[in-house]
This record gives sequence, C-alpha cells and structure tokens, in this order.
Amino acid sequence: MAVNDIPALQPPARAPLASRMLGHRLFRPLAALAVLLLIDFLLIPGFFHLEVRDGHLYGALVDIVNRAAPLMLAAIGMTLVIATRGIDISVGAVVALSGTVASMLIGGTMVMQDGVPVYLADTPMLVAIAAALGAALLCGLWNGALVAGLGLQPIVATLILMVAGRGLAQLLTDGQIVTVYYQPYFFLGSGYLFGLPFALFVVAVVFGVTALLLRHTALGLFIQAVGINPVAARLAGIRTAALIVFVYVFAATCAGMAGLLISSNVKSADANNAGLMLELDAILAVTLGGTSLAGGKFSLAGSLVGALIIQTLTYTIYSLGVPPEVNMVVKSVVVFLVCISQSDQFRQLWQRRRA
Amino acid sequence: MLPTTTQVPVLEVTGIHKQFPGVRALSDAGLRLYPGEVHTLMGQNGAGKSTLIKVLTGVYQPDRGSIVFAGEAIAPRSTQDAQDLGISTVYQEVNLCPNLSVAENIFIGRYPRRWGMIDWRRMRQQAQALLTRLQVHIDVRQPLASFPLAVQQMVAIARALSISARVLILDEPTSSLDEAEVQLLFSNLRALREQGMAILFVTHFLEQTYAISDRITVMRNGEREGEYVCSDLSRLALVNKMIGAAPDAQELPATGQQAAQAASAAAGEIVLRTRGAARRGVLAPLDLVIRKGELLGLAGLLGSGRTETARMLFGADRIDSGAIEIKGRARALATPRDAIAHGVGFCSEDRKHEGAILDLSVRENLILALQARQGLLRAIPLRRQQALADHYVQQLGIKTASIETPIGTLSGGNQQKVLLARWLATEPSLMILDEPTRGIDVRAKQEIMDYVTSLCRKGMSILFISSELPEVLRVSDRIVVMRDRKACGEYRRGELDDSTVLHVIAGEGA
Repeated sequence: MAVNDIPALQPPARAPLASRMLGHRLFRPLAALAVLLLIDFLLIPGFFHLEVRDGHLYGALVDIVNRAAPLMLAAIGMTLVIATRGIDISVGAVVALSGTVASMLIGGTMVMQDGVPVYLADTPMLVAIAAALGAALLCGLWNGALVAGLGLQPIVATLILMVAGRGLAQLLTDGQIVTVYYQPYFFLGSGYLFGLPFALFVVAVVFGVTALLLRHTALGLFIQAVGINPVAARLAGIRTAALIVFVYVFAATCAGMAGLLISSNVKSADANNAGLMLELDAILAVTLGGTSLAGGKFSLAGSLVGALIIQTLTYTIYSLGVPPEVNMVVKSVVVFLVCISQSDQFRQLWQRRRA
Repeated sequence: MLPTTTQVPVLEVTGIHKQFPGVRALSDAGLRLYPGEVHTLMGQNGAGKSTLIKVLTGVYQPDRGSIVFAGEAIAPRSTQDAQDLGISTVYQEVNLCPNLSVAENIFIGRYPRRWGMIDWRRMRQQAQALLTRLQVHIDVRQPLASFPLAVQQMVAIARALSISARVLILDEPTSSLDEAEVQLLFSNLRALREQGMAILFVTHFLEQTYAISDRITVMRNGEREGEYVCSDLSRLALVNKMIGAAPDAQELPATGQQAAQAASAAAGEIVLRTRGAARRGVLAPLDLVIRKGELLGLAGLLGSGRTETARMLFGADRIDSGAIEIKGRARALATPRDAIAHGVGFCSEDRKHEGAILDLSVRENLILALQARQGLLRAIPLRRQQALADHYVQQLGIKTASIETPIGTLSGGNQQKVLLARWLATEPSLMILDEPTRGIDVRAKQEIMDYVTSLCRKGMSILFISSELPEVLRVSDRIVVMRDRKACGEYRRGELDDSTVLHVIAGEGA
C-alpha cells in the first residue's frame, strides 16, 4: 500500500476499471512480475506446485518469497531513504555487522543432558538480537548525522559506513567465519510458523507497521515534502533534519534485521560476504517498484514487488540451468528490459515510431 | 517602428489548439511577430500565455495549428530545435546552472573549440563582449550564483543573443528586477529592436507594457482576444480586454474605512517588536514594531534588506545581535518552527523554491504547515484536511480541477493562493507576505490583496513586502522604507505618494 494510494481511495471521476488499473502505480511492476512468472510457468515444470509436507508449505513460490525476505526488508528501509532524495549504500555492511554481532554473542554449544541435547547460548539470544539491532541503529544514527548534520551527500556519507561497517565486522571476527551452535537462533531464518517460513512474518510485520505509520501519521507526507522540496518543507515548519536522521536509522534497522535473517539462515556470520551488494539490489528493487531516485512520491508496496522480481529472476536463472558465468549478464538484460518498460520517455518514443 | 503593411511577419502562429487532461489550454490561439518590434503578450493567469510560448519553443507540441517562421512552416520538437531555428527564450525563472561560471552558462552546449578542446579564452572574451553590449560589467569567470538575480537575468538574455536569434521571447523577465534594472533591460531591448530583432515580451506590469511595446496581443481563456497597436489602446481598455468585463476602476482608492482602521491599529497591542535585531553583513540593527490588526508595508529596492528582515522575523535566518519580542516576550527564533509556534506565518517571495511542493496535491500543500505544527504523530484526519482545503479553495477562489490536483499544475496566482491558505490554516497572529503578488495577474493580485486587508480588519497583523509601490502605498497603514540594509524612514498612511516614495527609496530626500 503506497502512501499516494490514499487519494485513489476516492477517484475523482469514475474512470473505467481497466484504465484505472493501467494507470495505477503498481501496474507496471506487477505486470513485470507476472511476465516473469508466466515464463517460469512455461519453462519450469511444476513451478506453481505447492504441497504441505510435515505441516510446512513447500514449493518454488514459497522458496522465492522466503529467500527474498532479507532483500524485502532492505528495500522497505531503502524506500524511505530514497523518498527523501537520499540513498544508503551501507546496507550490506550493516547486514554483515549485525549478523556478526549476533553470532558472536550467541556462539553456543550443545551439551547432552540425560541423553537429550540442550543448547546453551553464550549470551541470552534476545540480548544478542537486541545488541545486533542496536549496532544497526547506531550505524543509522551515524549515517543520518553525516547527512542531516554535516550536510554530506548521502552517497558519500553512507560510502564511509559501507567500507567501515564491513571492516569493523571483519575486525571483530579476525576475518573468520563465526559459526553459531544454538538451535533456537536458527528459527529466525529457517523456522516455520503456521506452515510458513518465519522470515515472512518478520517482513509482514515490518511492512505492516511501516504502512500503518505512513497512513496514520503525517510521516509519509513529511517524507515526500522533504524529498520534493527540502527548503520549502523546512519553511513550512517540518523538522527536516530529524526526519532525515529517522529514515537512515529506520533503513539501518531494517538492514540489521535482514542481517539476522541471513546469519540465522546460514547458521553463521561471514563478515566478508554476508549481504554483499545487497544495497544495490535494494536500490534496484525500489526503482523497479516505481519510486524515482529523485525523491518524493514513493511506493512501499512497489518496492516489495521489486524485491520479488529480483528474487524470481535469480530463481529462474538457476532453475533453467543458465551457466553461472552467464548469470549476471542475463540478469542485467532482464533488469534493463524491466526498467525500459517503466520509462515514460521510451514509451513515447515507441508510440511515436508506431504512429 | 510600427510594422507597415509591406512587412512580412517573421513569426506567424495560427489556429493553435492544445489540450491537457481535463483542461483546454489553447483553442485557436494565434500571434504575429514582425521584425523590429517589441510585442507584448498579455492576459490573466491561465489565459494560455505560458502554454503558447511553450508551443513556440518546442516544449509542447500543439494538437493543431501552424507555426510559420521566416516563411517556412516549422514544428519545433524541443527548445534546442527552436533555438537552432532562431527562436530564443528567456524564462520567468532564470533557467541556468548556478554553479557554473557566467561564461559557461552563456555558451553551454556550444563551447567555442580549438583543436577539439574547449577554447576557454575565446569563450571568456566572447562572453565579456556580449555582456558589455548589455552594459553589464562583471567577471565572467565567477559562478553565476554569486550574482544577483537581475544580473543572472541579463546573462540569460546574453545567452539568448549569442545564438544569433531572430526572435527573442522574454517570459516575465522583469518580475525580479528593480526599477533601474528594468530601465537597463529596456534600453537593451530597444537597441535589439533597432537591429531588427522581433521581441515577444510577456509581462503583468501595465507600466512596462506601455513603456516598451509597439503592439499588444491580448489572450483570454486560451484564445487570442485581439491584437492592438499599443498607442491606440488605453490602459483601461486593455485591462477590460484581459478580464473580459468592465472593471470598476483601475485603482481602488483608500477608503475611509481603511483610514479609520489605521487609526485604531495605532493604538493596538504590539504583536512583534525588534530591538536592534541584526545579522552581520546582511542587516543593520533594526527596530520595528507591528501592532495587532496593522498592515505594515516594507518598501525598498531589491537587496535593500526587505526579504532579509522577513527571514529573520520568521527564524529562517538567525539574528546575531539584538532581540525579537513576540507579544511582549523575547523569543529566540532559531528555526521557522519556533516562529510558527509563536503564531508567525511566512509566504516567501520565491514561490517555486521556498513555497510550493510541486508534486504534492493542493490539499497536502495546504495543510502542511498546520500538520507540521501539530507534529508528526497527530495526523489531521483526511476528512478534516478535505474540509480545510475545500474551505480555502472556495474562500480564496482557487481555480483547481480538484483538491487532489498537484499544485504544480496550477497557475502562479492559484499556487500563491494555496500557499497563503497554508498559513491561514495555522491561524497566525502575524503574517509575513514577501512579494505575494509577484508574477500573478491583475485579478488574482486584487483578490489576494483584498483578502489580506480583510484579514487585518479581523485583527491579524501583516508585514507586507512588495516591489510594486502603488500597491504598498494603497494597502499599508504604515510604511517602513529600507535602503542599503537598514530602515531609513517610517511613514503613516498618506504621508507618501507615488512620487515622494521614490525619492525616499532612492535616498534623495523627499
């Protein structure tokens, strides 16, 4: 649900349903996703097959959504940053850092007590998770302070943390992979709740809370105002600096959660590779979802669809057995096509050609 | 200079239609432009002037109609296209790159080259020469932003001239110039006219129209109302044709009611007082008193410290010495939020950059300040927002398709009304209006000023800043004249008239 959907609740004129659908912001991202899914349906046998095994839902679709969870979280945070005309390229580094903090604190050992395995954490799991999210939050404060306080350009400001965050994580782990031996922690990234992957619930809650916040407070309005015209927004009495700090903290916290999901899923923290290039995928997801990098109007739901497009694409490429060395090229071609399909200028060119 | 019948128009536009979603911007619009004339295009906001110019310069493609330039039918597809043909435009808002040097701005995209490299020396020399022709003497290597708006405007004109254009279009070039600068511009235009250039001039200022024009085309409701020889058309007749109804009178005299109100305002409680408020290099210590229900006019030339004063009173810029008291208590106004919290509202002179949030709707723009004051968490319910927007749209006569229309699609006058409403919604006790009527048409101007004076009668205090002296003289209870960044005189209503005020402003002693 996008913020700017609010006016659409009461359309000015009763336009035909079809044209209203075509004009909707989400139409193009959803159409792109649908085309991808159609290709999968035609080329990959049993793609839409879902079955319940051991009370868990299995299938390609579940797999895609589950694997897209960290990216969706990062994209939700990135959406708000981009809406303020900013950008956060430290997302991957924050993912690595939060995963590292959680994994190191939990550590964990399994001991046999009376023939029953019992898992012991070095630090209580909730404390470790809180510490990881706290570290992410501090990262966000740092970014926000540089952008809003010192007036650095967002890409430069977050570039610092992009390097420093991963560096710090590597320092903490001596460059080694930290393995976790504590069963309950794995539930985050690979557990199931009501038959569905738990990660989905995390995404749903974050998305839901964000959407509620945008709808029931003036947050969405203020973010758009700051993104479109920061000078006018300040003169209208909006606390622009506080708002900008908030979006960077929010984005970093989302990245922190993504880091927890990823490290829990692989039962370890890899400071070198965890979340590598995730920021770029997140920016791509936001763009695919129809939010302009120029800031202003944004669509939270669009970014989720964008994340799903990226993950579906990855899944498709692997399933079709595209050789790994061709993988990146194929992905970039598809992304190029999706972006082109969303360009108004390209459409006009196309229409003029045909006319 | 008047075109004779033997002459052929260099540019002839006929039967132009242009439709936007929900609005017919132009229907059967036309224009004839002869070489060696200054032709003024007049009309109210929304009459279609800007759209017609955008059609001429290739920004919009017309749905129907023909453009004949130097005997050939043309259909410019972009401003570049139009420029290459010989139609140059200087837009209302200076459309250059502030961070580039003056010379670069003049030659951007057409840098003189030497052996494939940019010939910086030749570029500087040519730029200097062009500006000298316009009687502007500045260092062309400095970034454009380091010069006042008036100079930037001249640079834009120099750029247009450097393209050896045959038609020069000036879209409200004078709206940000002071009197001396306007005269400079006009003498330049006259020189260009002598050289056979066809100049299309768009303005809202009647005086300037009569000072410079040979002929006038009046537009109304997207159509050409008529084409007139300037000397044959009286001012009253012109206004009449623009509005399409007989105006009561061109100037409303100060009514007895207003005079009485001025007297009562003098006794009213003090809403805002400054004691030596100053900012180094920007404003000399200033003592100002504004009473309840009073309309205080700030007169002075561009750069005299009017806007700087407004920004300080609103907390947009901090004072570094002195004090500002609001309702008897000293207040540190560190940010606009502080000023808003104490009941001050501020309409900036720069509507596009400091006022309107173009992509947001009329409703969102209108409630923004009120929402900001209430805070982020206490969202104004949508229903209440709509009610507020509907109320002010009706009250101020804002012409918009709906309250959900992006404000950027409204005409300048209507945008200004929305911004006025943004502050009225916060029910301020002091409203600072910096050039609220700049670049908007006669009728909207009148409507806004009438509304503003009615607010005064209801007890709101207003600080009114305008370059249009007759307007300041007409509405103000009291006038503070500023010169060279300090207040240099204070006058009650009636103590100044059109001629004496000029003396005071110019510092020649009244």
